[in-house]
Amino acid sequence: MFRLFQTLNRTALVKATIAVVVVVILVLVGSRDLQNFDPALISYLLGTIFAVFGIAYRYSVWLQRPPTRLYWRRSMQFLFSKDFIPYAWRSLRLFVRNILFQRFIAYRSRTRWVGHFLLAIGCLLAFAITIPLTFGWIHFELKPGDDVTYYAKVFGFEAGTFALGSVMAFVAFHGLVWCSFLVIIGSAMMMKRRLTDGGLIATQSLSEDWLPLILLIAISVTGLGISYDYTFLQGKTYQFMAVTHAIVVILWLVWLPFGKFFHVFQRLAQLGANLYKHEGQRRGMAVCEHTHQEFATQMHVDDLKLLTKQLGFDYEKKDGRNHLDLSPEGKRSALAKAHFQARKASGKFFG
Amino acid sequence: MPETKYKQEMAFFVDMQRCIGCHACEMACAECETNGQESMIHVNYVNRAVSVQTTVQVCMHCEDPTCANVCPADAIHQDDFGVVHSANTSRCIGCSNCVLACPFGVPKKEEKAELMMKCNMCYDRTSAGKKPMCATVCPSQALFYGTRQEIERMRPDSVPVNTFQFGNQEVNTKVNIMMPKGTHKLIVE
Repeated sequence: MFRLFQTLNRTALVKATIAVVVVVILVLVGSRDLQNFDPALISYLLGTIFAVFGIAYRYSVWLQRPPTRLYWRRSMQFLFSKDFIPYAWRSLRLFVRNILFQRFIAYRSRTRWVGHFLLAIGCLLAFAITIPLTFGWIHFELKPGDDVTYYAKVFGFEAGTFALGSVMAFVAFHGLVWCSFLVIIGSAMMMKRRLTDGGLIATQSLSEDWLPLILLIAISVTGLGISYDYTFLQGKTYQFMAVTHAIVVILWLVWLPFGKFFHVFQRLAQLGANLYKHEGQRRGMAVCEHTHQEFATQMHVDDLKLLTKQLGFDYEKKDGRNHLDLSPEGKRSALAKAHFQARKASGKFFG
Repeated sequence: MPETKYKQEMAFFVDMQRCIGCHACEMACAECETNGQESMIHVNYVNRAVSVQTTVQVCMHCEDPTCANVCPADAIHQDDFGVVHSANTSRCIGCSNCVLACPFGVPKKEEKAELMMKCNMCYDRTSAGKKPMCATVCPSQALFYGTRQEIERMRPDSVPVNTFQFGNQEVNTKVNIMMPKGTHKLIVE
């Protein structure tokens, strides 16, 4: 047990602890000293705090890896430069396109994009509803003398009203039901791929590929169970529905930092990689000495030379040149030429 | 990884001097389901201005893969058989580090899909005990998949080599290259 603490990454531990403290402060402030906090959601809050700790810890460890650190530093350097406004605008557009709408997946397969988008948007909307509710940032109340109007409060401030029994009330109160349908349809589409695609069948695993989908469906179905219970069963099975839903959601929250869902947070690095490429193109391209064509940004090639050295690889040649100065085609040709020369020197090309 | 029938006694042998540039391997590679029907093998002229020599390149599946080391997203994974898999699609951020750092020039970047893809030795087939697609169609046996005994019998004057020298860096691979007898290493200047 003590050994576990000794192996913990100190920087990550500090950052994760700070993240947890910030969240707790935001809960206290947002819920007006817990006045608007819903005690029924305490287990979800604890699960979320654990997830925040785990995600911040893993993210911090991840950023310490040399290649990740390089991209992180470079992208921050470019973003907070004199070109802040165009780069921030570029990142924002990419965020909407590639993070919110995940459009890059459409180029891998259109059906796959539809499935992923449905389950991702379902999850994101569900987060947008449940996190503010769990943290006590949003709550609804009836005012004395007016029992037909619901008042929505955000951070304790009045932010809108709607009449009970109205279409708006129906849509708002069933927000998580709509999310559940999106997630179930999306997950089912992704499951179908995993059952029928030969390549996926060969490489998939239970923990990385199936469990995430099973958990998402379990969360959605048990969540729908709560709505079904109070809509059609007069709350007779509420205890069962509420407890099973809480168990599945908390399991998911606890697993969030370790499993496949961490890719949601890693995906943001794609924005940094795009800035890196864009800025590199402005600074100049590298030309392959074999093909005599541009193949990458010079900054990228130079950074990789340093990075590979840092990682224990040394592709530098005796004459001061570097194998990484060659384009991929140049490297393949260099290998073929070396092979040709070795065969020629032996006096036999075949055999 | 699920249960597999991967045959560990089988190995991949490449002899690019036997490549006739027919591109049959490219067509076959596109049949591999782990690639999503994209061809991942490379066939190119070595120096078209002076020679008609072509070369063929599959992933060499390095023992300590540079591509996986330079990946900022931990997207490239090497399995227990030593097969270095194509980027994990949920993690790959399309940065091209692997494309530029691979000493053999193997990974490809699908620009619009923001995804790196590469040969994974037809894992859908090899994990089922079958041969990679390219090796089954190569008419000149520049690409051969079989046992060490088979290749030694077929090429008595050659020896499989899996050590390469790029500058100061020595790279050991799972895939072999056929070299003249007595050679232990291919030095790439």
